[in-house]
Amino acid sequence: MNWNTFLLMRHEIVLAITILILLLADIFTDNKKNINIIALTLFGIHTIIGLLPLDTGTLFGEMFITNPLIAAFKNILNIGVFLILMISVSWVNTKMLPLKKVSEFYILIMSSLLGMFYMISSGHFIMLYIGLELATLPVAALASYDVFSRKSSESGIKLILSAALSSGMLLFGVSIMYAISGSLYFSGMSGNFAYSYLSILGLIMVFSGMAFKISLVPFHFWTADVYEGAPTPVTSFLSVISKGAAVFMLMILLFKVFADMIWVWTYLLYGISILTMFVGNFFALRQQNLQRFMAFSSVAQAGFIMMGLLSADQLAVSAVIYFIAIYVLSNIVIFGAIQMIGLASNKYKIDDYNGLYRTNPYISLALMIGLFSLAGIPPIAGFFGKFFLYTVAASQGYYWLIFIGVLNVTISLYYYLLIIRASFLRRSDNPIPHFKSDIFAKIGIAVASIILLGLGIYSPFYDYINSLSNIF
Amino acid sequence: MDILTLFVVVPVLTVIALMFTKGQNNYRVVTLIGSIVQAGMAFNLLYQFLQLKSGGNTDIMVFMQDYVWFAPFNIHYLIGVDGISVLMIMLTSIIVLTGTFISWKVNDLTKEFFISLIVLATGVYGFFISLDLFTMFVFYEIAVIPMYLLIGIWGTGPKEYSAMKLTLMLMGASALLLVSIFGLYMHSNPDAVGMTGLTFNILEIKNVVIPESVQIIFFPLAFVGFAVIGAFFPFHTWSPDGHASAPTAVSMLHAGVLMKLGGYGIFRIAMYLMPQGAHYWVVPFMILAVIGVSYGALSAIKQTDLKYINAYSSVSHLGLVLLGLLMMNEVAWRGAMLQSLSHGFITALFFALIGIIYGRTHTRIVSKMGGLMTIMPIIGALYVIAGMANLGLPGFSGFVAEMNIFVGAFQHTDLFHRVITVIAVSSIVVTAVYILRVVGKMLMGPVMDEYKDLPPITWYEKTGTFILVLFSLLIGIFPFFWSDIITEAVKPFIQGII
Repeated sequence: MNWNTFLLMRHEIVLAITILILLLADIFTDNKKNINIIALTLFGIHTIIGLLPLDTGTLFGEMFITNPLIAAFKNILNIGVFLILMISVSWVNTKMLPLKKVSEFYILIMSSLLGMFYMISSGHFIMLYIGLELATLPVAALASYDVFSRKSSESGIKLILSAALSSGMLLFGVSIMYAISGSLYFSGMSGNFAYSYLSILGLIMVFSGMAFKISLVPFHFWTADVYEGAPTPVTSFLSVISKGAAVFMLMILLFKVFADMIWVWTYLLYGISILTMFVGNFFALRQQNLQRFMAFSSVAQAGFIMMGLLSADQLAVSAVIYFIAIYVLSNIVIFGAIQMIGLASNKYKIDDYNGLYRTNPYISLALMIGLFSLAGIPPIAGFFGKFFLYTVAASQGYYWLIFIGVLNVTISLYYYLLIIRASFLRRSDNPIPHFKSDIFAKIGIAVASIILLGLGIYSPFYDYINSLSNIF
Repeated sequence: MDILTLFVVVPVLTVIALMFTKGQNNYRVVTLIGSIVQAGMAFNLLYQFLQLKSGGNTDIMVFMQDYVWFAPFNIHYLIGVDGISVLMIMLTSIIVLTGTFISWKVNDLTKEFFISLIVLATGVYGFFISLDLFTMFVFYEIAVIPMYLLIGIWGTGPKEYSAMKLTLMLMGASALLLVSIFGLYMHSNPDAVGMTGLTFNILEIKNVVIPESVQIIFFPLAFVGFAVIGAFFPFHTWSPDGHASAPTAVSMLHAGVLMKLGGYGIFRIAMYLMPQGAHYWVVPFMILAVIGVSYGALSAIKQTDLKYINAYSSVSHLGLVLLGLLMMNEVAWRGAMLQSLSHGFITALFFALIGIIYGRTHTRIVSKMGGLMTIMPIIGALYVIAGMANLGLPGFSGFVAEMNIFVGAFQHTDLFHRVITVIAVSSIVVTAVYILRVVGKMLMGPVMDEYKDLPPITWYEKTGTFILVLFSLLIGIFPFFWSDIITEAVKPFIQGII
């Protein structure tokens, strides 16, 4: 290990140090409330260090790869996790402080993030697998974090079982790939897949393994139950950070490793994209519980993301990363609002939100910005993200897919408007009373909402991502 | 800041000012100041435009500004106006101004009401100034979404249903629109390598010959996508429900301005960029348009609710706009654009008056009212004026516009166009029936006891309605001033399509 390697693995090493300090801090801190501040400060420092420029390079004989695009994506994840942590503070204080389970929450989330960093930086399937498992196992622990809730335990079990199944499928796919190409390195594998049923099977297996993580139809069955049962901060983490990292990984696999099988996976993505959008949207229509609702909404959004992978070029990479960045922020705003309202009133149903605007205007506005961003209403950033995904489909001439996509936007607008209808249009005799939330959550949600309002109109952010995206 | 971008900036500033304002009265004053500034800017724009044109400027678009927005896709913030957009901007600013007056007494969530109203106006202004398909689409959607809140929160009757129906139908239409925009984009440069070189710029796309087979696919998408917001026949159902449930100012903006986006978009994008597609599809669309004209007029007879009567009347009159556009000659197009303008003022006046009457009688059912002329003479007289203007009495704007459309339509000598035109003309008679019926029942006749002590018309209602009457008269009395502006703007567009 020398100074150069440290610089290349900066994100991972700083994060690992953060986790270790946090472990020690837990021993030496009597007032567990202070752990929140320590964790936020350390993670903030880690996020800022991550923003410093980074070289391109490989480590451990190409097992670990990094380049500006991967670093930028790690930064997006960092900022997302930082916002989630900020919003989670009040939840930790009210629910977990009495149980003295404060530092574990932060350590588990950060370990999962560390796994994701290794996963998306991997250049070798063993590295990918280790990263994937490190990313998944802590989340399963987090999902069952609320030990006195049966639903929470259930969601932890469901998550770990489906994760095990998906890992099994991924490994099966990888072993087929290894049999064909004789290598586990991404660079050694690509270009070795001639037309054969075996290679198609391998592709489908690897794809399915990742599809579980992204909760694409037909691998989405765990999503709703896990999202509903897990504590809201964990759901928020699961739906944005976990999904975002998995999409990025899938993108690297498809564009890099399976580049010469593009004629197979474009059809696969085309079909799965349509199916995922429709299933996600139709199931979301009838949901009352907001966390379940967001689960199906995130399934539908995953379908949109798949649309952006259809052309394996710079355009696709930048469109997908841009969309993920916006999607992360939108979901954080919405889950933040759900969590704050849930903490204050223990209400998680859409009908409970009736008359919300009249008692809590700011949180309703934030909720509206997040929902409109997911629905893709300009001038909020989500519209631009979706538009660029459509452009990717258009560049391949898939006009039907665009039509189906926009049709799905209309369907999704219906159910997003249901929440807006409840909180803005309706009145209630028994509305959620006005509540005050702590400063961290306020700042977190406000920052994310303001970024959402400005990010679409401010084009240099997209230009920046686009300039990094010519790596494949 | 250039003269056109101000039309986006000033409303946004008004919204920001409203956010930091406190006090019921201050909301109104801030909005009023904002909308007066907008109206002033609109007239300044008209003046500058006329100066420029009388100086011999023959460009299709003037005051153009071009800023690169998303460079990788060649998306620009490209703006510019011709005579038609200038007049549409003027119409919008007047209706926003009068709408502010008419909604003076909105008491529930006043601040939010005005913010939504101004956001809606921002979208409309932006739509009329933009020359880039992407920018235009962005503004179109900005204009549509506030309608949901405006109808849903401040509306009456089945407001949640109407608001949802309106939003979903218009968003569904934008699905078609978006596909056609991408179709145009992907064919905007035959020499393009990959995505570089493609453009959303309307004026540049016009210079490219888009293959006829492509036009045939994408023209109907663009046409229907825009026509839905212009209440095109089978897709008009959102409009009566939306109008009936909306609060007064929103009905005014909705019928007066928002529905004009349809005809304008067809004129500016669908027909201009895809003329061969237009010729291919003209027959089925024309049949649908004429069905809309007669169906709207006939339905208006059957309605009992004042707002439904005028909503169906709008379906009929905006059907004439589409019909005029589909006639594809200069006179008819001039008529269509004049009709857009004139219908904007007249319908806004109608809805303003209906709002005033409803605010006093608390019913909009025609048969439950009678003798209002003696109780509310000013409102009654204004209502008669609006009715006469609507049925196309000479001296008002409606006459000039419809005359142009029908003259243009009769320039086609074949049997099909003749039949269509005759059917459309006969709808005017029907218009007279439903307007005179309302005037007779509601305004004349014996005075009903329960309406004897209605409060008199207030200053803000007077100001609002008088401004609208004034403009309807201005178009009717000086038709050539307006039609010259429009004719000159239509010319470069019609050349490509004949």
